[in-house]
Amino acid sequence: MALEQAVKASRMSRYTRSRSGGALQKRKSLVLTIVMTLLLVYSLLPLFWLLVSSTKTQPELLSSFGLWFSGEFSLFDNIAQTLSYGDGEFVRWFGNTVLYVVVGAGGATLLAALGGYGLAKFNFPGKRAVFAVVLGAVAIPGTALAVPTFLMFSQLGLTNTPWAIILPSLISPFGLYLIWTYAMDAVPTEVLEAARMDGAGEMRTFFTISLRLLGPGLVTVLLFTIVATWNNYFLPLIMLSEPTWYPLTVGLNQWNSQAQTVGGDPIYNLVVTGSLLTVVPIVIAFLFLQRYWQSGLAAGSVKA
Amino acid sequence: MTTEHTRRLRRIGAVVATGMALSLTLAACSATGDTGAETGTASDIEAALQEESTITVWAWAPAVEDIAAAFEEKYPKVTVDVVNAGTGNDQYIKLQNAIKAGSGAPDVAQIEYYALPQFALSDSLVDLNDFGFGDLEEKYTASTWGSVNLDGGVYALPQDSGPMALFYNQAVFDQFGIAVPTTWDEYVTAAQQLHAADPTKYITNDTGDAGFTTSMIWQAGGQPFVTENSTDVTVNLQDEGSKKFADTWNQLIEGDLVAPISSWSDEWYKGLGDGTIASLTIGAWMPGNLESGVPEASGDWRVAPMPTWEPGVAASSENGGGGDAILKQSKNKLAAAGFLEFMNAGEGTQISMDAGGFPSTTADLESDDFLNAESEYFGGQQINQVLVQSAKDVVPGWSYLPFQVYSNSIFGDTVGQSYANKTDLNEGLIAWQDAIAEYGNGQGFTVTSE
Amino acid sequence: MTTLSLSAKTGAPAPRRQRKRDWSGWKFVGPFMVVFALVLIAPVIYSIYLSLFKDQLIGGNSFVGLANYGQALSDPKFWESIGRVSLFLVVQVPIMLALALFAALAIDSARLHLSSFYRIAIFLPYAVPAVVAALMWGFMYGTRFGLVGNVNDFFGIDIPSPLSNSWILASIGNIVTWEFVGYNMLLFYAALRVIPADLYEAADLDGAGTFRVIRSIKLPALRPAIVIGTIFSIIGSFQLFNEPNILQSLAPNSISTYFTPNMYAYNLSFAGQQYNYSATIAIIVGLLTAAIAYAVQISGSRKEV
Repeated sequence: MALEQAVKASRMSRYTRSRSGGALQKRKSLVLTIVMTLLLVYSLLPLFWLLVSSTKTQPELLSSFGLWFSGEFSLFDNIAQTLSYGDGEFVRWFGNTVLYVVVGAGGATLLAALGGYGLAKFNFPGKRAVFAVVLGAVAIPGTALAVPTFLMFSQLGLTNTPWAIILPSLISPFGLYLIWTYAMDAVPTEVLEAARMDGAGEMRTFFTISLRLLGPGLVTVLLFTIVATWNNYFLPLIMLSEPTWYPLTVGLNQWNSQAQTVGGDPIYNLVVTGSLLTVVPIVIAFLFLQRYWQSGLAAGSVKA
Repeated sequence: MTTEHTRRLRRIGAVVATGMALSLTLAACSATGDTGAETGTASDIEAALQEESTITVWAWAPAVEDIAAAFEEKYPKVTVDVVNAGTGNDQYIKLQNAIKAGSGAPDVAQIEYYALPQFALSDSLVDLNDFGFGDLEEKYTASTWGSVNLDGGVYALPQDSGPMALFYNQAVFDQFGIAVPTTWDEYVTAAQQLHAADPTKYITNDTGDAGFTTSMIWQAGGQPFVTENSTDVTVNLQDEGSKKFADTWNQLIEGDLVAPISSWSDEWYKGLGDGTIASLTIGAWMPGNLESGVPEASGDWRVAPMPTWEPGVAASSENGGGGDAILKQSKNKLAAAGFLEFMNAGEGTQISMDAGGFPSTTADLESDDFLNAESEYFGGQQINQVLVQSAKDVVPGWSYLPFQVYSNSIFGDTVGQSYANKTDLNEGLIAWQDAIAEYGNGQGFTVTSE
Repeated sequence: MTTLSLSAKTGAPAPRRQRKRDWSGWKFVGPFMVVFALVLIAPVIYSIYLSLFKDQLIGGNSFVGLANYGQALSDPKFWESIGRVSLFLVVQVPIMLALALFAALAIDSARLHLSSFYRIAIFLPYAVPAVVAALMWGFMYGTRFGLVGNVNDFFGIDIPSPLSNSWILASIGNIVTWEFVGYNMLLFYAALRVIPADLYEAADLDGAGTFRVIRSIKLPALRPAIVIGTIFSIIGSFQLFNEPNILQSLAPNSISTYFTPNMYAYNLSFAGQQYNYSATIAIIVGLLTAAIAYAVQISGSRKEV
């Protein structure tokens, strides 16, 4: 009983707080709309170029005006070629990428949720040390740690396996931080006390109650980790020597550079179409998730 | 890292792997078929090929897939796993990492001639004399054998070669009444003539390319890199040959007579097709790339001997090309040696040629079929006549640095600046030389800079 | 990253529960820390170890103490790369953040038609992988057959090549701005959304105009978000790698092997096999980044008074 009331109260408080900002009715401004449209064009122009270019054949791609359609419409032909080129390696890379995203981003979100929640709601020995260590290590450029990481992973027999990509992407310090700030308020201590009084264990409380309260924060972290793993380029580039485990980003770049060899086959049209196919799913994921996650981000930035 | 620590890490790795229940077979697959033998005769190799085994080959040349298929047909018990680990430098980086890590390298790897000394010197490659491959010398052209034979050791079998020639767009040359240049002075004149007639057209493109520059210096008789006792290196990028090249090329750079388009870019392929780039001085492997990358210019291009420094004195050099080596990490060297021989001294050479590779084996080069083949793309010209002659005219005595891969990677930082700022190439070459000396000395070589 | 700003908070009244020596928090933090130790702490420690040695192609490995650090601090290439990303930081970051701030205020102002469409569209580039972004812009930057070439032909003008020596940094700045304007915009927009409505009502009663509301309500509320955005951008600038590395094949003479500190470290180790020196550079860059980010954090929270 006590528990349910507390949960309800906490939800109520969030609703009242997140009432929208300048939402009083205002006149629309034409000037503002025009200026923002310029910014919009800037943002979308390259994507439009990508879309237009993937409808062109290899010769048309190089000879026609970039921002309009030209020649025969070969988008579907290009897509078919992209998917079948090199024994369908694009499809394989796509599958790899999905694997890395599901396991990597999913795992990163879970670890960040557990960790952030632990930091927000518990006082334990070594807590300050955890902060210090996380802070210190994050500032070192990841690219520069590549060699030591590679040598270590190779000792562990992890290079050239999916684990070499997945393990490092399980860590999202930003996610940890976000959940930490978010959990401070989203999970009221009274709720936890109530759960304890009901005799629930800490883990059970987390999975049955807290996790739900953390919802928007989790979606936010998930979105960022999805983007991070989907776009991961550098780590796979050095960890994997065999194209079998490549993600899309590395595979595309290999296609791009394969024109540079004896008997090489320039396939810029496939690189372009492949890029489009790489962008589309993540854009869809964005549009799908975006309505859930803003309040999560707000917590992070307000608290800083 | 202490071995104790290493073992602990390995154990953790095993726990992690099993715990997460995802197969790591891929990592382990290069370790199968361990025969242990480090050396062997022809009959040892033949015996090894009759046993179940798997070898991994890193190569980016498209023909290797087909060669592996033919090999597996002949030796059904051997599985050849061909992996494209990246083109050129991308692959060398991975190879270097695997060598540094002590595991993960393939059994056989494609390595270009310029990069070979670096891997041979770091003791990463098997001396093929262990398998008696030194006897194969007579099969190959002198210049390619010279590239794999370092200090008496044979570290790779040549696969293809790239004797240089002048590829030119005859349609453009005819349109502007330009004669095919036979010397570099004529070449400069042709460049001026063409660009004056049509400012959108250039005799060639060049934004600075280490491979091209070293090949040009090679042809001019320069010997800027000399290595003795494998650690005493002399660098002189201001010797006579180097200066000859720089002084001539300065006229093209300073006069804006070369198209500022980087080779292998999309713009480059485009420029080769529409006449913007009217000629290329490049290796004999180029016809295949023109056919696949520039199909729209079919019939326009022709091949002529590389322009020379002295009128009437034929000379050329090698540009690109490479061989295949066996890694010391290989656990199946006999089978690897068997594949290597099949690929580069046996049936494989024909498959490689069919895929557009220019051979390094004299028998193939001198066969009538090859010499008299008429190329449709080149308007029916018997281009191999020109290209094979170039292979014979390669100036002897050239060698690359034992750390050429790194040196080439900093070419843009040094010589490239002369291109970008249109300043004296000699200054760029001196800057390159200084950087090479600094790096070499830092790595424990004794580099003498002259 | 933003976690840097945590340090100010650790002393805050976080402990809600007063049990003594309660280790149960570790059950939650433990898994994160185990993986963290494996993929970040161990390589950092290994890097520090590596930075104390020198491994030569000829002559092998030897302990050299702090010699690598001495070499780095007097290495003109290293400082040139630091200077370049500092310039990038000082020019690109303010432009990007100003654009993002403007966009966030515009979308929040309720004076824009279809504001949610703008919000999503401007954010989209963030979803594009840096590799694809660099490939795309690389194609477009071409002066012959790219978009720049098209524009030159069409208007009969002569825009200088975006890939030339003098423009390359600006061109990379453009790519990075394109990628991250939307991201920062959302960061700011999210902060604007949680401003309590009664503040606006009070301002309305006071008869405050749009710009006064922005100045006295919105900007103060945005300060923490701006601090975060700035810290992120600082780290991003110092770690600049993907974009210049991919454009390098198109502009080999404009982008040197030591164009950014990160590229320098990468090329030292991967092309030059100077693993030890590379690790040294990485550590110095890390310390430098942390110091600057920390300084921003401090000054950002001071102004709040």
